[in-house]
Amino acid sequence: MKKLLRYLKHYKKESVLGPLFKMLEASFELFIPIVMAHIIDVGIAGKNLGYVGKMGVLMVALGLIGLVCSITAQYFAARAAVGFSKELREELFTHIQSLSYTELDTVGTSTLITRMTSDVNQVQNGVNLVLRLFLRSPFIVFGAMIMAFTINGKAAMVFVVTIPLLSVVVFGIMLLSIPLYRKVQEKLDQVLQITRENLTGVRVIRAFHREKKEEGLFRETNDGLVHQQLFVGRISALMNPLTYVIINGAIIVLIWTGAWQVEKGIITQGQVVALVNYMSQILVELVKLANLIISVTKAVACGNRIQSVFELSSSLPEQQTDAGKETFISSKPAEGQGSETAVSFEQVSLTYQNAGEPSLSGIGFQVKKGETIGIIGGTGSGKTSLVHLIPRFYDCTKGTVFVEGKNVKDYSLEELRGKIGIVPQKAVLFKGTIKENMQWGKKDASEEEIWEALRIAQAEEFVKQKEEGLDFMILQGGRNLSGGQRQRLTIARAIVKKPSILILDDSASALDYATDAKLRKAIGNLCSNMTVFIVSQRTASVWHANQILVLEDGRIAGTGTHEQLLKNCQVYQEIYYSQFPKEGAEDGK
Amino acid sequence: MENKQTGKKQQTVKKVLHYLGKYKLFAFFSLLCAAATAILTLYLPILIGDCIDYIVEPGKVDFATIFSYLKQMALVIGATAVAQWLMNTSNNKITYSVVEDIRKKAFHNLERLPLKYLDSHQSGDIISRIVADVDQFSDGLLMGFTQFFTGIMTIFGTLFFMIRINGKIALVVICITPLSLLVASYIAKKTYTMFQLQSEARGEMTSQIDEMIGNQKVVQAFSHEAEAEKEFYEINEKLSRYSLRAIFFSSITNPSTRFVNSVVYTGVGITGAISAMHGGITVGQLSCFLSYANQYTKPFNEISGVVTELQNALTCAARVFEFIEEEPQIPDEEDALVLEDAKGKVELSQVDFSYQPEKPLIENLNLSVEPGQRIAIVGPTGCGKTTLINLLMRFYDVDGGSISVDGTDIRKMTRGSLRTQIGMVLQDTWLKNGTIRENLLLGKEDATDEEMFEAAKAAHAHSFIKRLPKGYDTVIGEDGGGLSQGQKQLLCIARVMLCLPPMLILDEATSSIDTRTEVKIQEAFARMMKGRTSFIVAHRLSTIQEADQILVMRDGKIIEQGNHQELIQKQGFYYELYHSQFAV
Repeated sequence: MKKLLRYLKHYKKESVLGPLFKMLEASFELFIPIVMAHIIDVGIAGKNLGYVGKMGVLMVALGLIGLVCSITAQYFAARAAVGFSKELREELFTHIQSLSYTELDTVGTSTLITRMTSDVNQVQNGVNLVLRLFLRSPFIVFGAMIMAFTINGKAAMVFVVTIPLLSVVVFGIMLLSIPLYRKVQEKLDQVLQITRENLTGVRVIRAFHREKKEEGLFRETNDGLVHQQLFVGRISALMNPLTYVIINGAIIVLIWTGAWQVEKGIITQGQVVALVNYMSQILVELVKLANLIISVTKAVACGNRIQSVFELSSSLPEQQTDAGKETFISSKPAEGQGSETAVSFEQVSLTYQNAGEPSLSGIGFQVKKGETIGIIGGTGSGKTSLVHLIPRFYDCTKGTVFVEGKNVKDYSLEELRGKIGIVPQKAVLFKGTIKENMQWGKKDASEEEIWEALRIAQAEEFVKQKEEGLDFMILQGGRNLSGGQRQRLTIARAIVKKPSILILDDSASALDYATDAKLRKAIGNLCSNMTVFIVSQRTASVWHANQILVLEDGRIAGTGTHEQLLKNCQVYQEIYYSQFPKEGAEDGK
Repeated sequence: MENKQTGKKQQTVKKVLHYLGKYKLFAFFSLLCAAATAILTLYLPILIGDCIDYIVEPGKVDFATIFSYLKQMALVIGATAVAQWLMNTSNNKITYSVVEDIRKKAFHNLERLPLKYLDSHQSGDIISRIVADVDQFSDGLLMGFTQFFTGIMTIFGTLFFMIRINGKIALVVICITPLSLLVASYIAKKTYTMFQLQSEARGEMTSQIDEMIGNQKVVQAFSHEAEAEKEFYEINEKLSRYSLRAIFFSSITNPSTRFVNSVVYTGVGITGAISAMHGGITVGQLSCFLSYANQYTKPFNEISGVVTELQNALTCAARVFEFIEEEPQIPDEEDALVLEDAKGKVELSQVDFSYQPEKPLIENLNLSVEPGQRIAIVGPTGCGKTTLINLLMRFYDVDGGSISVDGTDIRKMTRGSLRTQIGMVLQDTWLKNGTIRENLLLGKEDATDEEMFEAAKAAHAHSFIKRLPKGYDTVIGEDGGGLSQGQKQLLCIARVMLCLPPMLILDEATSSIDTRTEVKIQEAFARMMKGRTSFIVAHRLSTIQEADQILVMRDGKIIEQGNHQELIQKQGFYYELYHSQFAV
């Protein structure tokens, strides 16, 4: 949390002026009881009407100055807090952009979203409150004590005893109850989890006739929650009565000592009233302070969660300075006709972070430019992991991946990924027009280029049917398109890029067989220099490839053409015949 | 409209009171304590004032009287504290118990609501009703109890005491205080639009974050980071502009009301001082007035806060009540049959069904299945395959006609017994938050380890389970987090393999499993289906060729029916489907 405070650095002025004005306001407030004491001692005792009037005007004036100070303080505090959260969000967003797939996998994007939204808001709230109140309340508490000393040292001793006592009670109860409230929150989360589970799994729960059991489970959890709530409630219920007893007990002592001091002629009646007033002020401020601390602990917890995001650093070291330069120089000759191989893997293994077993091991193959490569294998065999190594979404843990003859680690990410067009499994589109989505691939793509890509991706027809054509607005997540349409648009998006390497990661799964075939044909007719990787579970999708890699459990179980594999690769045979039972296969061929 | 709303609100209040009824005694006691607290708190300044009146000047201090007042004060303070504590504790008790009751009832209903309701309502909405709304309601209720009654008591008590001491000064207080309320509501009105702008900007930002961070991988794959950042900065800038205004203007409220309060205080001070000069009141009474002036405005501010909180709480309560009162499914009849060891003869006669009355889906569907037969249902998406399963499991009741199992209408048997006779594997793989073991034993809690291993092996799940860090005791997170879709599906299959009920429903049960594993599971399925009536929904035609009957559905109707050979010969829709799959 402390480290986050650096985002206040542009708002130093505001962060100092805010509390300062707040303190000014508080000190004017502290004068009020003294003025009142004078009204009693001078005005009333001397029956001096003019004096009373003057003092009245003074009190209103003090109030007015306090108002102005306070509003100024609120303004600065708001500016600092809002500015702080703005910079924090900016940094956070930029930082998240720099994380690699590995970090995104471990943290999960949904957490990142809550951190960016609600957590940042909580912290902003905390900063605002702290700037406004954190100095004010202690200032009033101690200010009241100091004012008491100016009236009478002996009576002020009552304050010296009362304030620590009150602090012990207020903060003691808080310290006790904050962790307990956290437990309440945990229990509430459990209640939420059971409820959600029963909704999402309603069919299974009813199919297994478990309604009663689930209800019992809920009852237990709910009881636990209430039990915990009552327990905390009992503790925090002590706060008000205890502070009330302490403050008013102190007032009793104050009156008694005050009475003696007045008897001796050391202080006046009005000053006794002032002392009592100061004591009451302390109570109000301490309660505020306690509430403030609760909000601040919440903010600190959120702040720490945000900090933990900042502490994640990309596991893909990009030697920014020299690597960037180097590629800049070397990229010119390397680009285009650098070498004949487009991609090659040498003894590549990949073990994901926190995973026990490698997902890929000992992978080696070479792909010439312009070739089409099919990658086939069962679920979890490592197909996607393999193609994710090419644009360096992950770094392989052993071996080397070369793209156009150069180690992927020697490219800058931007240059490397600029060569590659990938169509991910999940068809993700963004809010905006079709055109805008297509321009993700190439920022200055012309309409003709886009139409061409759409044609290849078999998307031309349905886009043409839209009244707005390329300006058709896609809703968030592509909700207003069917699964197949989305998938074809994501393919077009990658083609617009005219990449030297195109990767289709199981991206025809939502297409029917006929469209799939047309798509493959169109891609095949594309410029001969493009290297295409097709990942699929369907043998039909890959059997025209120049080379097919058969993966099983992260290893290559066979390479070759369809005919070769069908002859000598058992895994491939099994896959093939599971999709085309022998008679069906004959039908199809 | 207005009337209707207030009427609804009144009803909600009535319902809340109904729940409170159980805790009548506590509530009464709490109110008593609130009254005592308020009155005693107000009485204390009078005692303090009395004391001060005996501390006039040197040599004129009446210690004996002061001492007796101080003794009274100590008593009052002690009594106040006790009353306050009792009030707080009983409020806690009432609130949390009421909330517990409401939640229990809501969950009870959740387990009994027809799927028709659950399917047509967003689960997020229902969850927030049961969890967040109830929580908000409890906060509001608690606050209402502790602050509303004491607040009102304090206001009336203060008025009473003030008027008794001095009517004129009381008038000053009564006249100036509304000013603070006016100021507060004026500012609130002004800031409302700013808050709206802020929350709009915030919504815009959240959806942008949601889109970009949620799909971060795609953003990176296209090196789109810089553009995303630029767009974000713009929204961020806008949000911070609106936030500044909203936060600043709303934060003016406190200083302003505080200023008004200090005007009240001054007013009391001056008028009090003037009448003290004429002997209208004593100095002690003036000090008492001053502390009233401080206290009097506080409950007003609090109450306006509490009222909004309470209104909010009532809205939340209304949402929960709405859910609780949602019509549950028709309960099983008293004399409903408990289906046991079903033979598996299933008969659908003249079944009509639709989700929405204006859109008829299934009409006049007839089907007769002999025990042990294998029925495959095929057809394009949205043709009603899943609907048929909904009807067989009695997740939905038919609109017309009847479905019977072993010759008895399924509406005449208990739902529980019907469903336990049918094993179901759905495309949507749902797992409980718990260990693998707990999940597998869902349908048969007393199964032995050997039985479990055997089922897992049959489903080809044993080997991957064994490779998990804690084997069968590995905790899988909510909705199977950590497992692949295929693995989850294998677990769902193992779950059914363990109970082996007399009838089976497999709805795209192997859709996420690669075809090689699928072939192996099919063997296990084939063994399992032997002698069991089974319904299979699949889009891979190769898996259903061996079915005894194939139902080809389209738009809610069975358009073709027969076995593979018959249907191929017919050269109809099935023929087309079958060939489109192998056409390359």
